[in-house]
Amino acid sequence: MLKKERKTGLIFFPAFDWAISPTHPEREERLLYTQDQVFEEGLLDFDSIIEFKPGLATVGDVNRVHICVPDTRSVITESHLVSAGGAITAAEKVMKREVDNAFALVRPPGHHAMLVVRGARGFCNVNIEAIMVEYIRKHYGPRRVAIVDTDCHHGDGTQDIYWNDPNTLCISIHQDGRTLYPGTGFHREFGGPNALGATINIPLPPRTSDEGFLYILDHVILPILDEFKPDLVINSAGQDNHYSDPITDMCFTAQGYALLNDRLSPHIAVLEGGYSIEKALPYVNVGIILAMAGLDYSNVREPDYDPLTIRQSDEISRYVEKEAAEIYTLWEKRGLMREKLIGNVEYVRRKKPVYYDTDGISEQQEETVRVCTDCGGLVTIASAADTGNRIFAVIIPGQSCPACRAKGEEIYTETGKDKYNYVYLQDRERDIFLVK
Amino acid sequence: MIMGIDVGGTHTDAVLIEDLRIKKKAKVITNERDLLDSLWRVTDDLLREENPERLERVVLSTTISTNAIVQGKTDRVGMILVSGPGLSPSLLRINEDCHFIPGYVNHRGMEIAGIDRDNVSRIGERFQRDGIDHCGIVGKFSIRNPQQEIEIRETIATHVRHVSLGHRMAGRLNFPRRIATTFLNEAIREIYTNFVKQVLDLMHLRNVSVPIYILKADGGTIDIAQSGEFPVQTILSGPAASIMGILSMVESRDDAIALDIGGTTTDIAVFAGGVPLLEAVGVTIFGHKTLVRGLRIRSIGVGGDSRVRCEDGRIVIGPEREGPAAAFGGPFPTPTDAMIVLGLTSIGERERAKGALLPLSRHMQCSVLEAAKTIFEQTCEKIASACLDEMEAIVNRPVYTIHEILEDRRLEPKILYVVGGSARPMAFRLGEMLGCPVYIPEHAEVANAIGAALARTTAEMTILADTEQGTLTIGEEGDRIVIPPQFTREDAIGIAKEKLRERAIKMGAKEEDLEIEVTEDQEFNMVRGFYTTGKNIRVRAQVKPGLIASLRT
Repeated sequence: MLKKERKTGLIFFPAFDWAISPTHPEREERLLYTQDQVFEEGLLDFDSIIEFKPGLATVGDVNRVHICVPDTRSVITESHLVSAGGAITAAEKVMKREVDNAFALVRPPGHHAMLVVRGARGFCNVNIEAIMVEYIRKHYGPRRVAIVDTDCHHGDGTQDIYWNDPNTLCISIHQDGRTLYPGTGFHREFGGPNALGATINIPLPPRTSDEGFLYILDHVILPILDEFKPDLVINSAGQDNHYSDPITDMCFTAQGYALLNDRLSPHIAVLEGGYSIEKALPYVNVGIILAMAGLDYSNVREPDYDPLTIRQSDEISRYVEKEAAEIYTLWEKRGLMREKLIGNVEYVRRKKPVYYDTDGISEQQEETVRVCTDCGGLVTIASAADTGNRIFAVIIPGQSCPACRAKGEEIYTETGKDKYNYVYLQDRERDIFLVK
Repeated sequence: MIMGIDVGGTHTDAVLIEDLRIKKKAKVITNERDLLDSLWRVTDDLLREENPERLERVVLSTTISTNAIVQGKTDRVGMILVSGPGLSPSLLRINEDCHFIPGYVNHRGMEIAGIDRDNVSRIGERFQRDGIDHCGIVGKFSIRNPQQEIEIRETIATHVRHVSLGHRMAGRLNFPRRIATTFLNEAIREIYTNFVKQVLDLMHLRNVSVPIYILKADGGTIDIAQSGEFPVQTILSGPAASIMGILSMVESRDDAIALDIGGTTTDIAVFAGGVPLLEAVGVTIFGHKTLVRGLRIRSIGVGGDSRVRCEDGRIVIGPEREGPAAAFGGPFPTPTDAMIVLGLTSIGERERAKGALLPLSRHMQCSVLEAAKTIFEQTCEKIASACLDEMEAIVNRPVYTIHEILEDRRLEPKILYVVGGSARPMAFRLGEMLGCPVYIPEHAEVANAIGAALARTTAEMTILADTEQGTLTIGEEGDRIVIPPQFTREDAIGIAKEKLRERAIKMGAKEEDLEIEVTEDQEFNMVRGFYTTGKNIRVRAQVKPGLIASLRT
């Protein structure tokens, strides 16, 4: 198998001295065997694979994306700044064209971290992809970005952060939310009023195997990317769709992950979940790295790989085909849906409960979006949690229109501290973050 | 009395050291076709009027292994590889005689698929038919469980003359490098063991009956009698000799840069806190990335005899050397000629140097003196910027813990050590460029031989304890022993030190030189389901590269 070699940056950071708790899946041991496999295969000796040390993200990088309550330092540890920093390093190397693509093989993960952060949910505190994307926009100018989340769990955090951003396409492919945490990620979650179609959810039935994933890739994801025309494609590369993963129920393989990354050709891949640390991660990661570097991955497979036992049923195949057709039709009708769903209202409100399962915090949020045809629209969030701290946040989007900006600044000025413990202003366009 | 000899590509240098002072030095031109002849002549000079019975030890650094590889004077090696899933065999094929056989050991050293002995026998018969006497056997993760390599050797032993097993080469993970290292070890074995035999004969004729050591790439020694199984360890020992020589003549515990400016190349080494750094995985020779432990030395194609050209009005220095400097009758202008013209050194024929620079100065539309100045400056700049790049690369080495990321140690060289042919004329300017004082050791011209003479025996030991499986594996030794569930990290460190001590003594170390340090020490809870099922403990210890003693000044 002869392929065109590409230069791939690898940011490998196993954080061998950090765990959520000693027996938690997100513990020191998680990337130990992956490191063994990557070292033993000699991947770092290829001229086309270059390893970089992760930088440290700053609190300012986090504040470009999140509203951390009460403040950023209280909800993160150094490990989160290193893993977000690793993602940023990957982006830097790609943006400066030192490499053609890059893989941030870092932990802890981030795709369940939503816009407001009060603690950890789904093992995530801050969203490392979003921090990376906003870093790119701040330092390299506005970019159309597509994030393809191939973690087995719905990328609800990334979806939440970019819900109202028409310039960020979030596609999440995951095990059906009726059967797995976090229980969301259905077709009807399709983006905010100004960004319909920029959120695409592809729930797949349990026991979907390579065939199903690659069918969705070829018939939904790649065609949509073709039309969206992103400047950058990012793979939120969770590895828990693997048949051996202990906390999910899918049948994806190392070979499947490699094929997916080869066809998707992301500019940047960032590790998310994946907790079959011995039987999946070592092989999946070797497959992804080889595929990204354009090297032969045809011999990568798990030692216990048996295609017959993990083959998806015909019923699943038919379901997946139907699913693909439905989602693609939905995408094609996104323009028409705006009129039907939104009509002439000036603001759209949604209430959502958020549960921080890792930290056991319950939160009620009310998000208000200004309907706008000129930008992603002004967003305000009022939130209260069982830990106290009522907060209000004003988010002025990147590339904001004058009307949304003026309104946002006005609301921030007028909102008093009488009703809220903290009032935040996040100005994504001007990179300003204020608290009162 | 100690005798140190470095058989280099150009010169063979030797020193006699008594009471840690240089007693005698000798230098002869190396006879590339007959290294023994060089040895004979240099010891002739050195031992004349000396009583060989007063010698305590002899240490030899030689290019025999390096040359055999670079010049392709190697034997045909049949390779049997147990590669399993992962990298495609097409990316692992090191020569025409590679045979991939089924079988697999995983990252924890568990045998997942067995090997087929009949298949191995057939390959052995084929080697025999094809007249292949040397065989390398390498399995993926064999340092975690060497059993399959051992089994293959048992099956094939009768068909070949000698076998090298991958897991014995080094304790580090890297299958492609393990293949390359095993291959090279076997490919140079014949030429190396012949050389060793001849050296022993020669020393016998000289009435030398003390232990004889060979220098390795890590700047440590091994008893020559023990070295035959691991000739690959002796590659690239020349540059290591010079660095160890510098180390023996300086006392600083600061960060420092050490340069050996030769005719063709300049070698750069960095001392962190006074200690020379080792390559993270292994040295690279002639395009082969290996697992051979070696000093981290960057070699750049700039030296006193580098050819200087003018391209599009710009001066280009090196990387090739086409002969000696013009001042010594060479065909092209060189940095040495520029230094002669500038009066920085008084060697050679100045008029010839000037004559060689004249055409360049015309191209550059300046005087000969100005041309010399430009060449000199650019030569120094090239070396200085390579030094900075190397320090940058060292600081940017990947690390895998938050602790190390936050620590983020910078390197701040406090002194620049320079040896080699052009040390004197260039050192001062290099020091200015790098912003640190300069020191040229007194016996700089024989630093390599001094380094060899004073180097201590070094070794490394890698331990993986897996209390879930109840096994402890010593990579380099191929040992697997049973351990109890309550086995601790302290136990592992104890075993590592003890086994390392034994190994080093066997390699020729003296008890008093065993400066053992633990270089890696990690422990992971192994959790399966929601329960801790064991510990995965990783310990690596080494006898630090260093000296039996420093030279008195």
